[in-house]
Amino acid sequence: MTSVAHAKPGAHDAHHAPMSFWRKYIFSTDHKIIGIQFLFVSLFFLLLGGLLAMQIRWQLGFPGKPMPGGGILPEAMTSGGVILPEYYIQLVTMHGTFMVFFAIMPLLMGVYANFLIPLKIGTHDMAFPRLNMWSFWLAFTAGLIMVAGFFVPDGAARAGWTMYAPLSARPDLSGATYGQLVWCVSIVVLGLSSVLGSVNYITTVINHRAPGMTWFRLPLSVWAIFITAILAVLALPVLQGAAILLLFDQTIGTHFFDPIAGGQALLWQHLFWFFGHPEVYILILPAMGMVSDIIANGSRKPIFGYHSMVFAIVGIAFLGWIVWGHHMFMSGMNPTLGSTFMVSTLLISVPSAIKVFNWLGTMWRGNLKFTVPMLNAVAFVSMFTIGGLSGVFMAATPVDMHIHDTYFIVAHLHYVLFGGSLFALFAAIPYWYPKMFGRMMSEAIGKWHFWLTFITYNLVFFPMHILGMNGEMRRLYDPTQYEFLKPQQPLREFITIAAFSLFAVQILFFFNFLWSLKRGKKAELNPWQDNGLEWSLPSPAPHGNWDRPPNVYRGPYEFSAPEAGNADFLPQHVKLPTDRDPAAATAPAPAPAH
Amino acid sequence: MNRRLFSVIGGALLLAVCTPRDDSTARAAAADTVTVEDVQAGATISGKVRFTGTAPRNPSIDMSEEAACKAKYKAPPTEENVVAGAANALANVFVYVKSGVPAGQKFTAPTAAVVLDQDGCRYHPHVLGIMVGQPLEILNTDPVLHNIKAVAKANRPFNVSQPSAGMKTNRTFAAPEVMVNLECNVHGWMKAYLGVRPDPFYAVTGPDGSFSIKGLPPGTYTIEAWHERFGTQTATVTVAGAAPKTQDFTFAAH
Amino acid sequence: MHWWLPTAASTFAGPIDGLFLAILIITGIALVIVEVGLVWFSVKYRARPGRKAFYTHGSTRAEVIWTAIPAVTVVALGLVSNHYWVQIKGRNSVPPNAYAIGVHVKQFEWQITYPGPDGQLGTGDDFTLRNQLHVTVNQPTVVRLTSEDVIHSFYIPQFRIKQDAVPGLTINAWFQATKTGEYEIGCAELCGMGHYKMRARVFVHTPEEFNAWMAQQAAGGSE
Repeated sequence: MTSVAHAKPGAHDAHHAPMSFWRKYIFSTDHKIIGIQFLFVSLFFLLLGGLLAMQIRWQLGFPGKPMPGGGILPEAMTSGGVILPEYYIQLVTMHGTFMVFFAIMPLLMGVYANFLIPLKIGTHDMAFPRLNMWSFWLAFTAGLIMVAGFFVPDGAARAGWTMYAPLSARPDLSGATYGQLVWCVSIVVLGLSSVLGSVNYITTVINHRAPGMTWFRLPLSVWAIFITAILAVLALPVLQGAAILLLFDQTIGTHFFDPIAGGQALLWQHLFWFFGHPEVYILILPAMGMVSDIIANGSRKPIFGYHSMVFAIVGIAFLGWIVWGHHMFMSGMNPTLGSTFMVSTLLISVPSAIKVFNWLGTMWRGNLKFTVPMLNAVAFVSMFTIGGLSGVFMAATPVDMHIHDTYFIVAHLHYVLFGGSLFALFAAIPYWYPKMFGRMMSEAIGKWHFWLTFITYNLVFFPMHILGMNGEMRRLYDPTQYEFLKPQQPLREFITIAAFSLFAVQILFFFNFLWSLKRGKKAELNPWQDNGLEWSLPSPAPHGNWDRPPNVYRGPYEFSAPEAGNADFLPQHVKLPTDRDPAAATAPAPAPAH
Repeated sequence: MNRRLFSVIGGALLLAVCTPRDDSTARAAAADTVTVEDVQAGATISGKVRFTGTAPRNPSIDMSEEAACKAKYKAPPTEENVVAGAANALANVFVYVKSGVPAGQKFTAPTAAVVLDQDGCRYHPHVLGIMVGQPLEILNTDPVLHNIKAVAKANRPFNVSQPSAGMKTNRTFAAPEVMVNLECNVHGWMKAYLGVRPDPFYAVTGPDGSFSIKGLPPGTYTIEAWHERFGTQTATVTVAGAAPKTQDFTFAAH
Repeated sequence: MHWWLPTAASTFAGPIDGLFLAILIITGIALVIVEVGLVWFSVKYRARPGRKAFYTHGSTRAEVIWTAIPAVTVVALGLVSNHYWVQIKGRNSVPPNAYAIGVHVKQFEWQITYPGPDGQLGTGDDFTLRNQLHVTVNQPTVVRLTSEDVIHSFYIPQFRIKQDAVPGLTINAWFQATKTGEYEIGCAELCGMGHYKMRARVFVHTPEEFNAWMAQQAAGGSE
């Protein structure tokens, strides 16, 4: 085992005069601090989104009954504790909005793109550290603006997170005057945050890889985040544009989306989903990337089919641009487009299938260590598969005619976003926690959290397929108004009880996360015996990461390689006698500016 | 650093400004505010509203899709476009003083609410008057969802739901407006008309077509009679002292 | 409690339910392979002292197989689906003898206009009802969907028919009911606070019942 001959970690710290608390932790340009800031804020929004969901489930499980604690809400939201219809559709709208834009997307990109990229490619920081800081504060501001929606006169936006026009453009039809406006403003600000962040991620990966870190030696987490950043920088501006048009319709008397004066209702859907479909790949690709890292580590084997995995990521991202119409099969658009979008949608299932089989191939004949990250990562594969397969039903347009806008869709999207992305985060958070905070999260609590979440989660969302097959529409305040939906009430009640349990179980995760900050076991350098460059640094990683970038001699998944000898892992930066020093790759990383 | 702090504080202030405002902007009593006693001392204009010709038939309302409301009726209910009494008396006419009240005179709105009830999937009353700043209490007596959508130009429109029986919603109106249209979108036949006035000089005719506006100080007034079908008519009436005046209106049925 | 698809009451239900079942079987097989694989590998290859993982970077043959099989499967699925899609929603899918009914959707009701005894929509004997759709069994019916205000969606689960009603567009949606009885229309696109209350009743009559009902309506009858 050779020594790490080159970089002295943390030497960069000595170049600074000591920074004030504000510069070090609040207005920081350090990618790791920014990543941690995103983590705390996004976890808050995850909790908020969950609270909104619990209210939705109360109304669906016990329609028209006063909600415990409902009395504290104002008269515009509840009456005698009973949720009102206009509040219900605000809940549905804001639950989706907070979860998609302020929880999952920033947890995957704001946190892990920021935290992992410089560490995993071997550089000091992002290409544009100050821009990076702005990216966080813009996202934070957008979050505040969105929360303000609940406090403006007439309440929050209520046309669904998909904000279909003309309902969203006409306050007289929706009942929401300022709320819809606030949503649009928040989204424009958030879009700017995403675009700035993505510019950083793309530039850094292209330009600042350490010597020897070739493209095909990048970990799949970095590949996935890199491709996702390209999706984001191209897609978010479309949403911003649409939101600005909607804002104009709401305020200055334009009619882009209202046929009353020559506008087109379908225009909103095309714009929104042209953004929206790449968005859902933004919400899954980084998760897939991190799961690949964790499964390879947990299996003590290289990822099966690394190159196929890269091509699958690129394939998903590319195809993701030409499937948006599958959200609009019933919209009244030309049925011929229904045919073309069906073809592209069915095709996009292929690269996802390739990934699932490659994860299975990675576990095959491995030496599987079921730590908390590995448990959650394997559960990701299991549930993403269910979510992905349920998508095939919708892709078949005649079947979609029955299940579009029903709970079958709700089941599908929660299987990929919760069963998929959130379980991947339940794997990634404890995995990189030691490098963030210098301590380990509790394995014991983590295992309880995993099993209880896995069970209750499936009890909540699997039955929704059944509700959808029966034809239960989405966003209904009171399904019992329909004779064909009345008999399903026991199942809705069951789902509600399971959902309350699922939410309660998350206390374990939040407690584990917060408690371990101060009381977790102190972490060693490389607690998972992983190969990534980040694990050569102390836990927590110091400001500036390395004094000089490390040399990279091999790919990221050389577990159980014969060259490793008795160890079953071989880090990327470790030089074996047979290795030669790489030439300086691309431009040398500049010293970080402050 | 200071710039950033300022933006954060400014943002917080902005949010504080956008807090929900209560609709009831209670006007401070001005020097020449008229009290209830003053009103009771004034003169009265009264009269009858009739129409000539044959009243159009009010379409019947099919409430089959709302069993809970349909059950409240023995005979099928009809819309209330033209409600006629004996000898072609016209009900639901909103009669009010359109002009002539001395400028600058302020009237305190009663604190007692005007009640609008939704019963049997109909509004009761169908036409009503209210003063600026006076509370309107909207009550749902039906065990079904009604939404109350107020279509207004001078006042802030609103659209609120009452999904179950016993629910009450209060609203006040800040500006005079004849008429604010109220409708339920779940039951498309439900319509009510609300006249908002800055003074108490208005009345709604009953089934006998009669109205009575009390408490007018001496002066010359323009009285307008408004009907949802037959339109509006005006008349000028001069009041001197406490002697009552009569003013009838006759609409032509069309 | 219903655990499966609703009763099949239109000519669309056969192909749609058949396609649903086919997809269920195909995805079910894929699901079993993956889930059983995960559990089996998790048990069989769990870490034990002295074991070492098998060092391999993959297998091109495996990649080709598990790319080709899904690809061929989805292409076949697409061809079958498209065949029925064109029949149901294609530009020339509405049968020429379809009985036309106007459905004007607004917050929060379905205003349904019948062509009256002369059978022609747009003539003087048309009449409009709220929230009641009357059709004849085994007779193609085409609904001309328009919207007054926002996007709504016309959905009859037992007929498997769904079509958004879009302001500014007139969209024809056709179906043919195969079972007499009473069904429901639900609005399947969030349209405001009364979205959940947009229920209409659907009556599928025999031709005799329908004619009798039509005559009664034309005479200014009650329900």
